[in-house]
Amino acid sequence: MALSLDDVKRIAQLARLEVTDTEAPQVLAQLQAIFALIEELQSVDTHGIEPMSHAQQVTLRLREDRVTEENECELFQSIAPQVEAGLYLVPKIIE
Amino acid sequence: MINASLSELAQALAGKQISSVELTQLFLERAQRLNPGLNAFVTLDPEASLAQARAADERISDGQLQSLTGVPVALKDIFCTKGWLTTCGSKILSNFVAPYDAHVVEKLKGAGAVSLGKTNMDEFAMGSSSETSYYGPVRNPWDRNTVAGGSSGGSAAAVAARLVPAALGTDTGGSIRQPAALCGISGLKPTYGVVSRYGMIAFASSLDQCGPMAKSAADLAVLLTAVAGFDPRDSTSLERPSEDYGRDLERSIRGLRIGLPREFFGEGLAADVGQAVETAVAGFQRLGCQVVEVRLPQTRLCIPAYYVLAPAEASSNLARFDGVRYGYRAPEYTDLRDMYMKTRAQGFGAEVKRRIMIGTYVLSHGYYDAYYLQAQKVRRLIAQEFAEAFKLCDVIMGPTAPTTAFQLGAKTADPVQMYLNDIYTVPAPLAGIPALSIPCGFGDNDLPVGLQIMGNYFQEARMLGVAHQYQRTTDWHLRAPAGFG
Repeated sequence: MALSLDDVKRIAQLARLEVTDTEAPQVLAQLQAIFALIEELQSVDTHGIEPMSHAQQVTLRLREDRVTEENECELFQSIAPQVEAGLYLVPKIIE
Repeated sequence: MINASLSELAQALAGKQISSVELTQLFLERAQRLNPGLNAFVTLDPEASLAQARAADERISDGQLQSLTGVPVALKDIFCTKGWLTTCGSKILSNFVAPYDAHVVEKLKGAGAVSLGKTNMDEFAMGSSSETSYYGPVRNPWDRNTVAGGSSGGSAAAVAARLVPAALGTDTGGSIRQPAALCGISGLKPTYGVVSRYGMIAFASSLDQCGPMAKSAADLAVLLTAVAGFDPRDSTSLERPSEDYGRDLERSIRGLRIGLPREFFGEGLAADVGQAVETAVAGFQRLGCQVVEVRLPQTRLCIPAYYVLAPAEASSNLARFDGVRYGYRAPEYTDLRDMYMKTRAQGFGAEVKRRIMIGTYVLSHGYYDAYYLQAQKVRRLIAQEFAEAFKLCDVIMGPTAPTTAFQLGAKTADPVQMYLNDIYTVPAPLAGIPALSIPCGFGDNDLPVGLQIMGNYFQEARMLGVAHQYQRTTDWHLRAPAGFG
């Protein structure tokens, strides 16, 4: 599989990572080397094998539907970059 | 006292030969004096540690002594600690003070242990040399020009240099065992689900597990017993009765069947490491163990599968670092998307960005089946192979890492070379089985070699017993680096 500079830019956009035009060629070279390593997976016949997503077969537990946590909004927001009136502030999205 | 085992420390504390305050001062003084040459700790807070030590001394006076009461323990900087920075080795969390303690931190506090500080690590636990830390590389106390291994390199170096008696680390693809091997200490990655990950910053959630790092297997048993156990706040925590992981320490290993996988002794294994591991296996034979050959032919696929699955999960887990609720935010940006992109570009280091991009790609439309799903199927084959092998043997042994500690900077420019260093450590977390590393000799350059012992699910107590029986007849685990013992 051949990755292109356009792929790098597309992936960076999807991952919300700014990659500058000067950085992109080096990122491409390193990703290509890593994908060459990963490519070996394609050589295996996995027909009929069930994917393994977890090491233990566990089912999600259910608990009683009652409030167990206290409201710690203020504490949690005390470490945020920007808050006002209990809200997290980000740049304006809708004009 | 700096070379004492955890049980010796507990006895000295119980017998009032030393107080927890004195013990904590002893290790704090060493940490403050010696850490600048190692960079093993990123946070030391003597005042807070000594306050915990004073509380522990009161508990001891009241006769409320547990195995770790008053004993200093270091925490990898991946565990949330109320009131202390938790940076995960990253700039993006350089100002993050968690509002709560991780489950294992609560457990240690509950047992009266003293938190000695937070240890350095590869950024978000992504690395095999502790060089990707935003706070600079950890140096190996055996040779300060070599790496300490990673990602729990700070915990390993701190224990090896006797800056702390024991530490907690985390292991996703070898991050406890490989630094333990390179620093000449013991380290255990438990079965997936045995230790709660509540408050442990996530890297790859189907693989991550917390475990103990210490000088000996007996010490690992003490620490694991203290931190393991069910926690409803971690959905992958297993509901099992609590265990005494030291129960098999004195059990005979006569007749134990040791599986040796040929695939762990092939190309890529340094001759000096292979020699030390074979000598260790011969030592087990003299203790009455039998050696059987087992086959793990999928070993060659473990690195490719791991470097699809772990980055995929990481790309999802690390989406939360966006400069909105906590951590670093870029100072200048034009709009919301630009704020995300600049915050993450400036906040993450090169290796973390690389893995996020690999993960994003293998999960993206049109590639999911070919990479992510295929890697999950290969993972099943790997787990099945271990299940077959454990029909023939009780434990599997091999090298922990292909070489002894390598030079700082030797592999930082070539990510693939760094990844290949994980060849013997990624199989166990992929299968979800427990695995440990203990010191078993020295290589040509007088640097430590680690022996890896893998066991079937929930065999930690037995594996620790096997390791302890070896350590009863050898002294590799008692050796300290020159100037630190």
